[in-house]
Amino acid sequence: MIEMIDKQLRKDMQDFKPGDDVRVNMRSGEDKKRIQSFEGLVIGIKGEGLNKTFTVRKYSFGVGVEKVFSLHSPLIDSVEILKRGKVRRAKLYYMRKRYGKAARIKEKREY
Amino acid sequence: MIQGLLGKKIKMTRWFDSDGKSVPVTLISCGPCYIIDKSEDSLTIGYNEVKEKKLSKPEAGVLKKKNLPPLKYIKKIKWLGKKEDQPEIGSKLYADAFQVGEMIDVQGTSKGKGFAGVVKRWGFRGGPATHGAKFHRAPGSVGASSFPSRTFPGMRMAGRKGGTNTTVQGLKVVELDKKESVIAVMGSVPGPNSGMVFIKRSVKAKKGKK
Repeated sequence: MIEMIDKQLRKDMQDFKPGDDVRVNMRSGEDKKRIQSFEGLVIGIKGEGLNKTFTVRKYSFGVGVEKVFSLHSPLIDSVEILKRGKVRRAKLYYMRKRYGKAARIKEKREY
Repeated sequence: MIQGLLGKKIKMTRWFDSDGKSVPVTLISCGPCYIIDKSEDSLTIGYNEVKEKKLSKPEAGVLKKKNLPPLKYIKKIKWLGKKEDQPEIGSKLYADAFQVGEMIDVQGTSKGKGFAGVVKRWGFRGGPATHGAKFHRAPGSVGASSFPSRTFPGMRMAGRKGGTNTTVQGLKVVELDKKESVIAVMGSVPGPNSGMVFIKRSVKAKKGKK
C-alpha cells in the first residue's frame, strides 16, 4: 500500500455494520468546529480504501432521508454505535419500502 | 531542473485536502528514471527495468556499456537550467523532481474504444429515442448535392476512437511521496492503470503563481 494513502485512512473508525443504529457526528460550519449529528440506520457500506462510503437512513418528519458519508473523511468527528442490529444482508435497501412497525430490525445481543 | 519524467499510472482514488474536501486524484509512480546521456540542453532518461531478453541487442548494448540496467522506455527530455547543474550519467531521478502545488501536463496513450459511432466519437447529439423518430444516432447529412458533388475531407464520421497519444494539461500535484516515488495528481490521466505516461511541467501554468 502506498504510504500517503495509508496516512489518510481513518483507523479510529469503530467497526459498525449494516443494520446498526449509529449517530454520525460531522464537523461543520466555517471553522469546522460545530458538531452536527445525524442519527439513523446503516443500510450499506460500499467501496474500498479511501473511496469507502456508508449510507445512513432515517425518518424525519414522516419523510425518509438518506445520507452518504465518506468513511475516511476528516470531517467526521466520530461515529457512535447506538444499537447493533441482526441482519442477513449486506445491503438493506429493502428498508426503503418499509416504515413503522415493518421497519424494525432485531437487536443483536452479545452474551 | 528537468522538464519531465516518465512514469506509470497506478490508479485513481480520492484525496482529502486540508479543508476536508474530497478531491479526485490519480496516483502516478514516477521513476526511478536513469540518466543515460546528456547534452547541452537535454537529458536522455530511461524508465522501467525489464529482463535483458525483452530488449533488442543494440538497445541492451547501449545500456550495458554505461553499466545501467535494461530499460524499456527511453526518452530525450529538455533540461531547463544551467548545464553545470545537470546530474551525472547513471544517477536516478525520482518523483521529488516535482513539487506539491506545481502544475503539470500528462501525456499518455488513451484507452482504445474500438470502432465508435459519431455520437461517442465526436459528441454529435443524435436524435430523439421516441415520439416516432426515425433518426437516432446516425450521422445525418455529409454535404450538399450537385455542388460540390463530393464530401469534404475531414468530415467527422464513425471510426476508430482512442488508443492515440493524448495530453491532459494543467493538472495540479496534490501530494508527493518521496520514499515510494509516487505523485498524486488532481484529475484524470489518459490510459489504463499501469500504462506508461510522460509527466512534464505545464506549458500553460502562469509564471510566478504556485
